Amino acid sequence: MSGPVSPVKAPGRLVVAVPYLWLGLFFLAPFVMVLRIALSDAATALPPYAPHFEGLAALRDFLAGLDLENFGLIWEDPLYWQSYLYSLRIAALTTLIALAIGYPLAYAMASAPARWRAILLVLVILPFWTSFLIRVYAWIGILRPEGLLDMALAALGLSDQPLRLLNTETAVLIGMVYSYLPFMVLPLYATLEKLDRSLLEAAADLGATPLKAFLTVTLPLSLPGVLAGSALVFIPAIGEFVIPDLLGGPDTTMIGKVLWTEFFSNRDWPLASAVAVVLLVVLVLPLALLQRARLARAGEGGGAA
Amino acid sequence: MRKASPGSVRRAFQPWNDPAAQPLVEFRAVTKRFGGVTAVADVSLSLYPREFFALLGPSGCGKTTLMRMLAGFETPDEGQILLDGVDITAVPPHLRPVNMMFQSYALFPHLSVADNIGYGLKREGLPRAEIDRRVAEMLALVKLDGLGKRRPDQLSGGQRQRVALARALAKRPKLLLLDEPMAALDRKLREATQFELMDIQSELGTTFMVVTHDQDEAMTMADRMAVMDHGRLVQIAPPDVIYEAPVSRHVAEFVGDINILKGRVESVNGDLVSVTTPLAGRVELDEEAPALSPGAPVLVGLRPEKIALSHDEPAQAANKVRGEIWDIGYLGDMTMVQVMIGGDDGQLLKVSLTNRSRRIERPFAWEDTVWLSWDVEAGLVLKP
Amino acid sequence: MTRLGPGLILALVAGFAFLYLPILALIAYSFNASRLVTVWGGFSTHWYGTLLANEPLLSAAWLSLRLAFVSATLATALGTLAALALARQGRFRGRLLFTGMALAPLVMPEVITGLSLLLLFVAADVERGFWTVTIAHATFGLGFACIVVQARLVGFDRSLEEAARDLGATPLVTFWTVTLPLIAPAVAAAWLLAFTLSLDDLVIASFTTGPGATTLPMRLYSAVRLGVSPEINAACTILIGFVATVVIAASLLLKRRQALGA
Repeated sequence: MSGPVSPVKAPGRLVVAVPYLWLGLFFLAPFVMVLRIALSDAATALPPYAPHFEGLAALRDFLAGLDLENFGLIWEDPLYWQSYLYSLRIAALTTLIALAIGYPLAYAMASAPARWRAILLVLVILPFWTSFLIRVYAWIGILRPEGLLDMALAALGLSDQPLRLLNTETAVLIGMVYSYLPFMVLPLYATLEKLDRSLLEAAADLGATPLKAFLTVTLPLSLPGVLAGSALVFIPAIGEFVIPDLLGGPDTTMIGKVLWTEFFSNRDWPLASAVAVVLLVVLVLPLALLQRARLARAGEGGGAA
Repeated sequence: MRKASPGSVRRAFQPWNDPAAQPLVEFRAVTKRFGGVTAVADVSLSLYPREFFALLGPSGCGKTTLMRMLAGFETPDEGQILLDGVDITAVPPHLRPVNMMFQSYALFPHLSVADNIGYGLKREGLPRAEIDRRVAEMLALVKLDGLGKRRPDQLSGGQRQRVALARALAKRPKLLLLDEPMAALDRKLREATQFELMDIQSELGTTFMVVTHDQDEAMTMADRMAVMDHGRLVQIAPPDVIYEAPVSRHVAEFVGDINILKGRVESVNGDLVSVTTPLAGRVELDEEAPALSPGAPVLVGLRPEKIALSHDEPAQAANKVRGEIWDIGYLGDMTMVQVMIGGDDGQLLKVSLTNRSRRIERPFAWEDTVWLSWDVEAGLVLKP
Repeated sequence: MTRLGPGLILALVAGFAFLYLPILALIAYSFNASRLVTVWGGFSTHWYGTLLANEPLLSAAWLSLRLAFVSATLATALGTLAALALARQGRFRGRLLFTGMALAPLVMPEVITGLSLLLLFVAADVERGFWTVTIAHATFGLGFACIVVQARLVGFDRSLEEAARDLGATPLVTFWTVTLPLIAPAVAAAWLLAFTLSLDDLVIASFTTGPGATTLPMRLYSAVRLGVSPEINAACTILIGFVATVVIAASLLLKRRQALGA
């Protein structure tokens, strides 16, 4: 039955109004700002953008001053769209590798005896709580020439040549997968752990080999987890800045890094804003897919109720 | 109503038949809709002080909504609700002198048993000592002395139910609402608890309103009950009247088992009605002031326990019919026999036999040809 | 699920080795006496000593802690309100926009969140520093706090609140005596999450801060760009130790609370 009693109106409204106001002021308004500035011309003065809002009277002049020049620049200069494409490539590769590592890990965790599971779960979450920067920094020490990896390989007699991995795409991928792995493992574990053991027993009872049972029962039922985990890795990976900056090199320019450079080094705020707007547009598609998957799942849940 | 109501225990208490009695609760033409669904349709109902009232109906019939409107969790779309003559339709739940025992018990898991029971008293701003005294009193009432310090999850299901009851009674409400109070208990415990609840109710004199889908529960405890269906109150009467004189086929079939025979009125002679049925021939029954005219189509209702079974044709029976036994279900205390009358394409009638003897070999067997018989006081006439 | 076979045990070992070896190596080398990372010069706490003398790093750490404390408290308060609004208010005008705004920071690239807030602060002509970063982090953490609290509210038995109302509690008293105590673990978890997110953030802080308010991640970032040094290892080790202690203590505390309840 719907429509239970709503608490007395006044506190109820306050509960909505306070966060609403905050978000309007510090999320929506800045957002509109980005759009506005993306449509302005670059200027050398600080703040480095023009034109300025000067009352409603100037609105017409302001609108006349808006143009798509910055977007044109992004379109024409291959640097920009190449780095967009490159970001998508890195994000996709990161997602695939994280899935390849994360699925067996999550599966093993879900298969572990119940009393271990809580500990294993904390162990997966714990690195997430340690600083992002530290986790990336740790890999610099490992991957740099004559770093721990080279030392280990030399000690094992496998290779005495430095691998020169730092500042390559491989290093970026390692750093990305490392940082985002918990986001992949957690939703996967959540779906696999909930999976009813008797389903596999039923499959075996009906003559399926363990592999067949996995392919026909476990895998399809864990797809929501795969989808959620992939989205949680893919979406933030596109806009990532710190990892490509610290582990990557000149040929691993991701879009987050471009935005950062335009903003801090070139001080071109309108162009940086335009880059941000395009980045958001790139994100809309995977987000819409994620939302659809969520809605589909919510629909399944609602059907049972 | 029937001349005599057998099995009546508390017949002295009948405020609903006293025109001078002041109702405690009055629903006046109350309607409640959720979206396009009408959960409660034009319900008018009066409850009287000290009454034990049961609201019986299948799930989704609107009984819970009716109760939640009384507690203040839902607001009627139309109509009024009065308590002690005062309109409480718009009064929020925390200001109503009505308390509720929730189906899930809704015990606060972070509070001890004593703090749960004292929660409402604390909200009234009573002094600590008074709260402690009342909590101890309530614990004694529900026989949980000494368990005040426990947490709800350290209690058994039956104990939790008692805490919920004590908590709801602690504020000494004028009216206690009980939402499926026995639903979470197993059968044995349920029966014992029903009688305890009745004792507590008569001890305190509080008006109780129980919502349940369990007819045994309603019939055991209630002074009066209402059968609800699709948002409407179909019949309001004491349990024995509901069972022996249901107003409709729906009520007759919802409360207890009943065999229904189709027929036409043949004659009406004072209180004696004769009905011709295609399968059981002429059926005679005793009906008070029947408003029936010959030729009208009617249904004859026959409760299984009111039919006798024999191998030989009974010599002196008002009604009798021959049939063949198709099924025998042994239930321990009684045996339910299904008898086919009117040939293989006829109708199965249920007959219940009380197992008075420990003898295992039973007098009837499958495919036996038997006689069913019943007297004029057994059948009842229902509108088709 | 099936039992653990050798393949699955391998997956566990390899997975956790991948997650933990880099951090363990980092911690180990913070105790290296040699400045050179390639050479193990014996055990030493020398770098912790120099760290304690590194005034700018220490003041950045102090700033970050204060910042994380204030912004996490704000984010948790606002996020809890937002979660209550989403879980309890049913339909209200602009609900879709509200949901979108509350949860967007979860998927929004940090560069965009940072950039947009900076543009706002510049346009409003606000002096940038501690408070602008605090606001930015509170906004960023709000969505995370909201998700955590909302998850708890979804499984919340509404009849508990109705029981409180039935026993004479006003909506506000119901919230304080029933709802809040029962969602307290989630609120605490939300605060901890918002706290760590703030303590960890480099990008948003870099955009929204001003002169004189350099956070710990910003200091670390500029140091890391210059290369690996045992001193940074020591700083990282302390940070890891701090966060691990807080998280483990919090989860133990939660477990004990649950055990007490059980």
